[in-house]
Amino acid sequence: MRQSKMIELWVGVFVALGLVALFFLSMQVSNLADYSADEGYVVKAYFDNVGSLKVRAPVTMSGVRVGRVSQITFDKQKFQALVELRIDPKFDNLPEDTSATILTAGLLGEQYISLSPGGSDLTLQQGSVIDLTQSAIVFEQMVSKFLYSKAEGEKKASSSSPVEKNGSNAVQAEPVAPAAP
Amino acid sequence: MNVFIRLGETTLAMLQKLGRSHLFLLHVLSGVPGILLRPRLLSAQVFSLGVLSILIIAVSGLFVGMVLGLQGFNVLSDFGAEESLGVMVAASLVRELGPVVTALLFAGRAGSALTAEIGLMKATEQLSGMEMMAVDPIKRIVTPRFLGGLIAMPLLAALFSMVGVMGGFFVGVGLLGVDDGAFWTAMHTHIDFWDDIINGVIKSLVFGVVVTWIAVFEGYDALPTSEGVGRATTRSVVFSAFAVLGCDFVLTALMFGDA
Repeated sequence: MRQSKMIELWVGVFVALGLVALFFLSMQVSNLADYSADEGYVVKAYFDNVGSLKVRAPVTMSGVRVGRVSQITFDKQKFQALVELRIDPKFDNLPEDTSATILTAGLLGEQYISLSPGGSDLTLQQGSVIDLTQSAIVFEQMVSKFLYSKAEGEKKASSSSPVEKNGSNAVQAEPVAPAAP
Repeated sequence: MNVFIRLGETTLAMLQKLGRSHLFLLHVLSGVPGILLRPRLLSAQVFSLGVLSILIIAVSGLFVGMVLGLQGFNVLSDFGAEESLGVMVAASLVRELGPVVTALLFAGRAGSALTAEIGLMKATEQLSGMEMMAVDPIKRIVTPRFLGGLIAMPLLAALFSMVGVMGGFFVGVGLLGVDDGAFWTAMHTHIDFWDDIINGVIKSLVFGVVVTWIAVFEGYDALPTSEGVGRATTRSVVFSAFAVLGCDFVLTALMFGDA
């Protein structure tokens, strides 16, 4: 009898240990602790380009997380990406003309949405739309813009003198041409 | 001609064994309700399979975590990304190393013991003796062991992962000077509860089924001689290792393939 009581004790300790380990993994290691499930209100924002924004990406204000991205879909009427942001209920006084920007954390980090407050007295409600949005910066677009503007600048710089030369040639040529016949 | 006969014999024998093992599993599962009414039998098995494996699992987990911390730090510090050490240690432990290494150790520590025990019972005709007394040896002997392994495996894997993260923390933060807060915060933001933790638990459950199933079947199917039991024990560990690694690939492809 004592023997089997000991076994039960140890099994109990073992199961408890295992459950504690699972609890530790879910609370301390994973992000379960900040799953605030379906609380809060949803606001919408249209973006021309969401880049690599993911569902559950953080929504921040002054760098502090105030919500998460709950859904990303494509609006086929507007040809824009529709992003739904779930904002924590305690931040219920965001002005209506708040603007949303997709930013990147660090050089290669994940993308997130940053909100900057406006000055309106009306506040964002469940289902309201953020009008002022700024799309994600796509690295390739930036590089091609940079190269394009650089090439443009070089052309301008190098062509400024030949243009004058051509111009003077043309000016010279013109009097010559009528003189020829 | 002889070669083909051999080949055919081997193939048929393999198929037969596969079929036998599945019928065996069904028989084992049919004994589950009876065992749940007598939890004493179960707790004795959880003790011998789980509790007695804690030491080897915890020590291995600690060292695996510490080695991950050291190696990860060496590589990550080249990129100035020491803060990601926590993520690296936790992700590799929770997703892969926890379930897989635990299953391999479990097969060596508990699976081989199961096979040897049941094989020896068969060799010494204890199983036939039970049948003579109209006690179904599969339901009475095999089912509690199978269930015990099933319960013990996920708990052991969770323990392994936790101790491993502790080991990585000890080496990374304690010895190498990674920032304490960054270690945990980066882990928090990058490890997802459903995608990582729950998938890891599912993996360890599957491995638990596979390893215990192979162990009890090899024992029950062993030739009732001392040599036969020895061979069955070897086969049990080897097949378990193959099956665990193969299943791991399939499960990983299913769980993380589209991410």
